Amino acid sequence: MLGYTVRRLLAAVPTLLAVLTVIFLVIRMVPGDPAVALLGSHASAAAIEALRERLGLNQPLHVQYLQFLRGALRGDLGVSLMSGRPVWEHLWNVLPYTIDLTLASVLIGVALGLPLGIVSALYRNRFLDLATRVLSLLGLSLPAFFTAILLMLAFSIRLGLFPVISEGRLDDPLDRLHHLVLPALSLGLIMMTYVTRATRAAMLEVLGEDYIRTARAKGLSERVVVLYHALRNALISIVTVVGLYLGILIGNSVLTEIVFNRPGLGKLIVGALEERDYNVLQGLMVFYAFLVVVINLITDLAYGLCDPRVKYHADSR
Amino acid sequence: MRTAADASRLARAAHWTFRLLNASRASAAGLAVFVAICALAVATPWLAPHDPVAQDIPHRLEAPSARYLLGTDTFGRDILSRLLWGSRISLTIGIASILLAMVVGGALGVLAGYRGSRIDLAIMRLMDVLLSFPTLIMGLLIVAVLGPSMANLIGAIALTVVPKFARIARAPTMAVREREFIEASRALGVSDLRIMAVHVVPNIAGEVLVMASLWTATAVRIEASLSFIGLGVKPPTATWGGMIREGFEHILDAPWLSVYPGLCLLLLVFSLNLVGDGLRDAADPRLRNGQSSW
Repeated sequence: MLGYTVRRLLAAVPTLLAVLTVIFLVIRMVPGDPAVALLGSHASAAAIEALRERLGLNQPLHVQYLQFLRGALRGDLGVSLMSGRPVWEHLWNVLPYTIDLTLASVLIGVALGLPLGIVSALYRNRFLDLATRVLSLLGLSLPAFFTAILLMLAFSIRLGLFPVISEGRLDDPLDRLHHLVLPALSLGLIMMTYVTRATRAAMLEVLGEDYIRTARAKGLSERVVVLYHALRNALISIVTVVGLYLGILIGNSVLTEIVFNRPGLGKLIVGALEERDYNVLQGLMVFYAFLVVVINLITDLAYGLCDPRVKYHADSR
Repeated sequence: MRTAADASRLARAAHWTFRLLNASRASAAGLAVFVAICALAVATPWLAPHDPVAQDIPHRLEAPSARYLLGTDTFGRDILSRLLWGSRISLTIGIASILLAMVVGGALGVLAGYRGSRIDLAIMRLMDVLLSFPTLIMGLLIVAVLGPSMANLIGAIALTVVPKFARIARAPTMAVREREFIEASRALGVSDLRIMAVHVVPNIAGEVLVMASLWTATAVRIEASLSFIGLGVKPPTATWGGMIREGFEHILDAPWLSVYPGLCLLLLVFSLNLVGDGLRDAADPRLRNGQSSW
């Protein structure tokens, strides 16, 4: 397992390097001069020049690139052009909100999607299955921000159960949870549709296998057959979908954060775009890319846990 | 001779599509809705009762009436007309970006799969780099770099889908490459470019087209999301995402402003997902016999 993990990590290095290069180049192409954005368009040319010098924007591109690469590899994401504070500090401030939202959405998605998918597969082509299929496809078609708006309309505005602005105090667990419910539900429901579909498809495939027939023939209860024999083998495809969707979920959280006016990575990136804060933008993109690579790695390693054969093949290669 | 061959290929493709649609009633229903939306979008200049950007301030935020069938927005603009015109933006960007991504991504995937070795490695590494960002975040950044115009949105959305097409085209190409008729063509001295265009592409087109309908749904959703963030086609042009954004500012007093465009968006994306999902199931032999994946 350790050998496989190390090999997988090493394979990610060239991709990460290429990703860093692309980020550096793309960020340099964002129109507008950050020095002008900072000082305003009425600032004197001398003042703008001085600021460009201080921010290191006057240095040749390759020097800036090497500095960026060195920083990124050391985990130093630079300093915000607007606030003068380290980008990490901005990230740390909002990270708990994003982690809360992501974990809660995944939990909701798996907790609802797994049983729904199993039931749908067990009652194939019956009413329950058809209803689940139509609902999951509908859920899949809902844009994240529209789900958020509908939930807000129903539960915050009509029923008054949850706050409209979902910031929440981090030091008060109950307040934090209360503010988390609707945003997490809006992303979790979409996650649920993906998990339901993946679970149903994987279970249908597994339930037709010979070993399931053997398990039934042995006289095992249906519960044991479904939960221990079928679900365990279906887990690998479900884990893939959760892993794949995590990346999409992190992207979609931008929309949820905007609707619920909730701090997080997404709102930070939109703010940085508006303010032309190159460094925050650059730092965030590095962080996002790093997240996606880590999620892919965890998904790959999770295969090994779900299916020992994967680990064996990977190690013996 | 050539025309006859083309005609027979066309007939085969039409037969294949018809068989798939026949196999999946859900797909046929989705296609019917999608075609209806397209027809409305095409007929918009004749159907829309009002100019979509004409303001009627005295009648702002009005409820539905005989004059304004779905009411008016904050500037007194007719919501129905804006919805109709907005459908053209969603459809144009959705379809154009997927066509572009299909051509570019498909070509890259076929090239990678057919040539293999270093070219394969280089192309797929590049695709991995593009896949290292959440789709929406990448779209957001590209539109911010290029500026929010219709052409740039199409390019940005296409770029986020190119790697997916490359992957979906590469796998079957690698299988087709090993077949005897390819080897025979090579032995006859047919150029690689011609083999790829004439022999490989028709053999993998089915799989690529099925995914194209699913990803058109994704493209429509990304366009709406970017418009909602404020990076869509500039106002006062009507876009569904932009209308939801404007309506969201009046969520307390006029919630229908965002609900109507949201429902239109849902209907379009749902119809496309129905088409794509059904086609994918019908095309997948493992999923026939009612084992639909949706």
